[in-house]
Amino acid sequence: MSVNATPAGAEAAAEAEQPTGKHAAVPAQRARRGAGAPLSDNKRAERRLGWLLCAPAALVMVLVTAYPILYSVWLSLQRFDLRFPDERQFVGLENYVTVLTNDFWWTAFGVTMLITVVTVAVELVLGMGLALIMHRTLVGRGIVRTAALIPYGIVTVVAAFSWRYAWTPGTGYLANLFDGSAPLTERASSLAIIMLAEIWKTTPFMALLLMAGLALVPEDLLKAASTDGATAWQRFTKVMLPVMKPAILVALLFRTLDAFRVFDNIFVLTNGGNETSSVSMLAYNNLIRGLNLGIGSTMSVLIFITVAIIAFVFVKLFGTAAPGSDDGERR
Amino acid sequence: MAVETTTRAKLRWGVLDVVVVVFALVPVLWIASLSFKTPATLTDGKFWPREWTLENYRTIFDTDQFVRALINSIGIALIATAIAVVLGTMAAYAISRLDFPGKKLLVGVSLLIAMFPQVSLVSPLFEIERQLGLFDTWPGLILPYITFALPLAIYTLSAFFKQIPWDLEKAAKMDGATQGQAFRRVIAPLAAPGVFTTAILVFIFCWNDFLFAITLTSTERSRTVPVALQFFTGESQFEDPTGAICAAAVVITVPIILFVLFFQRRIVSGLTSGAVKG
Repeated sequence: MSVNATPAGAEAAAEAEQPTGKHAAVPAQRARRGAGAPLSDNKRAERRLGWLLCAPAALVMVLVTAYPILYSVWLSLQRFDLRFPDERQFVGLENYVTVLTNDFWWTAFGVTMLITVVTVAVELVLGMGLALIMHRTLVGRGIVRTAALIPYGIVTVVAAFSWRYAWTPGTGYLANLFDGSAPLTERASSLAIIMLAEIWKTTPFMALLLMAGLALVPEDLLKAASTDGATAWQRFTKVMLPVMKPAILVALLFRTLDAFRVFDNIFVLTNGGNETSSVSMLAYNNLIRGLNLGIGSTMSVLIFITVAIIAFVFVKLFGTAAPGSDDGERR
Repeated sequence: MAVETTTRAKLRWGVLDVVVVVFALVPVLWIASLSFKTPATLTDGKFWPREWTLENYRTIFDTDQFVRALINSIGIALIATAIAVVLGTMAAYAISRLDFPGKKLLVGVSLLIAMFPQVSLVSPLFEIERQLGLFDTWPGLILPYITFALPLAIYTLSAFFKQIPWDLEKAAKMDGATQGQAFRRVIAPLAAPGVFTTAILVFIFCWNDFLFAITLTSTERSRTVPVALQFFTGESQFEDPTGAICAAAVVITVPIILFVLFFQRRIVSGLTSGAVKG
């Protein structure tokens, strides 16, 4: 079973070797270009092939995201309700005023923030534990890793139904533990169950990202610390955590953005009842149930801006090295 | 003494392992158990069924609603996976093997899209697809799936491609192999596991999607199973849809569990290499 540990370890080793080789090559290349030497035919052919190979992927990604998001900015500046198409007109920032002075929006925003902060914090702790178990367990490593992957792979809606029925009075094994009360009909308990479902589903993903960081912790360092009399907790905080910091930040960034998009679980568990809507639920309701494209698009834009701010804070304040960014430097 | 500590340590790890396995499996076992319960015992609140029945499975496979949705789910996920993997392979090959300006930009753009709030696309895509006649069609779902699967595919694949010893290609050619032979016999077998792993991850992503499926479809023509489950509720054809929903849920869970069981190691290395190391 110890074979399981090798892929990540081997990758890390390969990764460690690579930069030196490539860095050495960069100055020479830059110098050549800088001198204005004409590109060789080979070089030009390589460029053309590179662009050609990337073009389809780039085109699809830009067409399906950049254009719609710009279009939704345009839609958000209009009064545009599909039930009253004749009243479509340009209204400037009126939709933004409507949304930002609306209690439903701020309630949903608060709910989303609460879910994001609580689930990500709990997932970080549980995910770290799970990562340590998957990485260091002496027995049944394969079984644990397989079991932990199941919540990751399961369709969120399926898991949400499982939780819903578990908490349905009469039907559910969990509801019956609490005297058959109906927790999904009250706000606080509904939110708790939504968070439980989120945590169950996404902790394994967090753990996998953290485990990749754990693989980078040099075993010698741990042994040396142990010989010097460091306790298990000291080894964890003084040796492991500093090495893992980049992996932790990336995992936090990804999970935070993902948690902010919470939708499936709420849809199935409460359908947004009892003020448990997230911003995504609210945008969906305005669009599909309200057919209000103007307001729906305004919310889309506001969510986009919020997510951009979160990502910016992570990258600038915490210095999260975005995955692939080292890739660019190495070039 | 040393033996004793290892036994104790093993026991401790063993207990932790059991906790993890139970934590991971209980919700899955619960919905499976519900799907095997008879209507009479469905609401008994017991974890395991007292009477077992396959009635719920028979019901869903007898209804057009579920079968259509299953066909939609499989078709849409397979097509989106195939296209995303082909486009992703091309781009990842270029990123890991070729030097060209704009490479950094492409990596940056795909990272942005990986973090993009999908709900922000729901309103504009709804309107755009309505105008283009793509609303409630397979391509209408396949397009956004490809888009959001591509960053995943590009990251995972370029991580895999960087590990391939490409010099082998040269060696094969020196030994007299043609370009085509060198690719087919040497490079393709080395790249295949990476491509395959990526395909599984992308498939799971498409299979899982609910947000796009519920906003960009409106009829059985293109509704996928996660969405169709919602519409079991309150349908008059089912007295109580719980059993049917659970059976349908189990049916779409089985392929994922099989993937996880058979390809656990690859999925783990694919996910982590793609997400952390780029």
